[in-house]
Amino acid sequence: MNRFVRDFAMNKYLYVMMIPVIAYYAVFHYAPMYGALIAFKDYSPMKGIWGSDWVGLKHFYDFFNSYYFWRILKNTIVISFYSLIFEFPAPIILALLINEVRNKAFKRAAQTITYMPYFISLVVICGIVTDFTNADGIINRLFVSLGYDGQAMLQKAHLFRPIYILSEIWQRIGWESIIYIAALMSVDMEQYEASRIDGASRLKQLFYITIPGIMPTIAIMLILRMGNLLNVGFEKIILLYNPATYETADVISSFVYRKGLLEFGWSYSSAVGLFNSVINLFLLVMANYISRRINNSSLW
Amino acid sequence: MRNKIGFGERVFDIGVYSVLIVLIAATLYPLLYVLFASFSEANQLIVNKGILWKPLGFSLEAYKSVMRNPGILNGYRNTLFIVVAGLAVNLTMTALGAYVLSRKNVLWNNAFMIFIVFTMFFGGGLIPLYLVVKGVGLLDSLWSTIIPFAVGTFNLIIMRTAFMGVPDSLEESAKIDGANHFTILFRIVIPLSMPVIAVMILYYAVDKWNGWFYASVFIQSRELFPLQLVLREILIANATDGMSAGADAGDRFQIGETIKYATIMVATVPILCVYPFVQRYFVKGVMIGSLKG
Repeated sequence: MNRFVRDFAMNKYLYVMMIPVIAYYAVFHYAPMYGALIAFKDYSPMKGIWGSDWVGLKHFYDFFNSYYFWRILKNTIVISFYSLIFEFPAPIILALLINEVRNKAFKRAAQTITYMPYFISLVVICGIVTDFTNADGIINRLFVSLGYDGQAMLQKAHLFRPIYILSEIWQRIGWESIIYIAALMSVDMEQYEASRIDGASRLKQLFYITIPGIMPTIAIMLILRMGNLLNVGFEKIILLYNPATYETADVISSFVYRKGLLEFGWSYSSAVGLFNSVINLFLLVMANYISRRINNSSLW
Repeated sequence: MRNKIGFGERVFDIGVYSVLIVLIAATLYPLLYVLFASFSEANQLIVNKGILWKPLGFSLEAYKSVMRNPGILNGYRNTLFIVVAGLAVNLTMTALGAYVLSRKNVLWNNAFMIFIVFTMFFGGGLIPLYLVVKGVGLLDSLWSTIIPFAVGTFNLIIMRTAFMGVPDSLEESAKIDGANHFTILFRIVIPLSMPVIAVMILYYAVDKWNGWFYASVFIQSRELFPLQLVLREILIANATDGMSAGADAGDRFQIGETIKYATIMVATVPILCVYPFVQRYFVKGVMIGSLKG
């Protein structure tokens, strides 16, 4: 007890400074966790969170047995997986290309221009995407001039994922390359000197020195990504999807948003959200465990 | 032998440069298209079937319509408030938390850290957050986009790491001179951590500027819409009619297209003008973040 008293006497002003921060976390992070209890109840605003009737796992059963469960789970995983395959390597390739450029001015221009789309807000990006892909938008005009039929691309379920992934790459490739460019700068120069004396071509240097040199960075980024597998950028999906594309576009978090805030199924939506949070937590713990095993680096 | 390497090198260089030039063009062209289209004559743009290399004709009509639109100006004003007030709240709260958590010999700091970091990995979800915001009476207020997001946990951790790097000796001597914690925080720790603070300002400001989702959930009154929500209506829900009032139906449709492009320009150009000056802080921020992450 003495320990606590002494600590309090010494640090009481620090604790006073901490009050607003702790209060913030209590109200806006822990209170919602308590509020997530409505996933196990039939929430009625009149009765409040605690007063509403318990229904156990009813909403979870409803969700798991519904037609939507497999659809949104599949969409979430597929979109995540596509972005892992197509979006993850893109900035690495860009960084490697920029790294091979000798001309300083060109190098700088390439970096500045490719970073630029990252600074445009998501709403504007989606506005541009919507406009370019509509039936008489510029992309369709290109297709028409090549002899294809124009179509409202965002109304086609099979085109949603390519549009999503491509615009994602367009916006983020430069920005995400920064970290690899930095890693490339720390690759040991002596290795290049030595290999040059041995007559290695630049292509050989690329595959035997440069890429192995940034492998640890790639591994860390990959692991971080695995932990976020189910965190598909739902803000963008909400901006781009529509009932015609729900079939391929609707993911867990957009479903939570629609059911909860647009259709007022608060308890049901909270159950789906809670399911998502638990899976995410599990994935993150797994990713961290793997990272600790392989890299000796972990998030905590 | 020497010649052969020279030839290979040249092919390699040509390959690198051509791929990069294609990438740069692909990044830049959509933006240029928007620029050209925004200055084009509406009736020429609508019948155009090809690609734009320059504005079709020259017209400022679309920009005039955008400037006349009270929604856009109002949105700008609301966003400005959210950015400025939001930054003040974010920085104060983050600095307070980071300062306390960076002190040594504070018995409860470990518990505080666990309490805070846990929220990065688990949350109650959207609907429970909505109920809390409703419960504390923030619904339909600009503060609903500020107070519920007062501290970014990741930013807090970054700032704490920076504060820990401030040499103890400076604080010790200040303490002997009778300085209290506020003086130490504002006179010593923050001035010595300015590079990180600059990155934080940038991160928080961008976050506030771009934010639309929680505003769309928490704010109903149209006069409180931040810029991004106004943009969403114009660009994605296609609501340009209000701005082209006065024109007949056909003209309205035509000018609606150019208005969209002008709106994009008006909302984006200020950011792209600031961007070259702050770019290096962003790059620095990525580095700091990755060291920690």
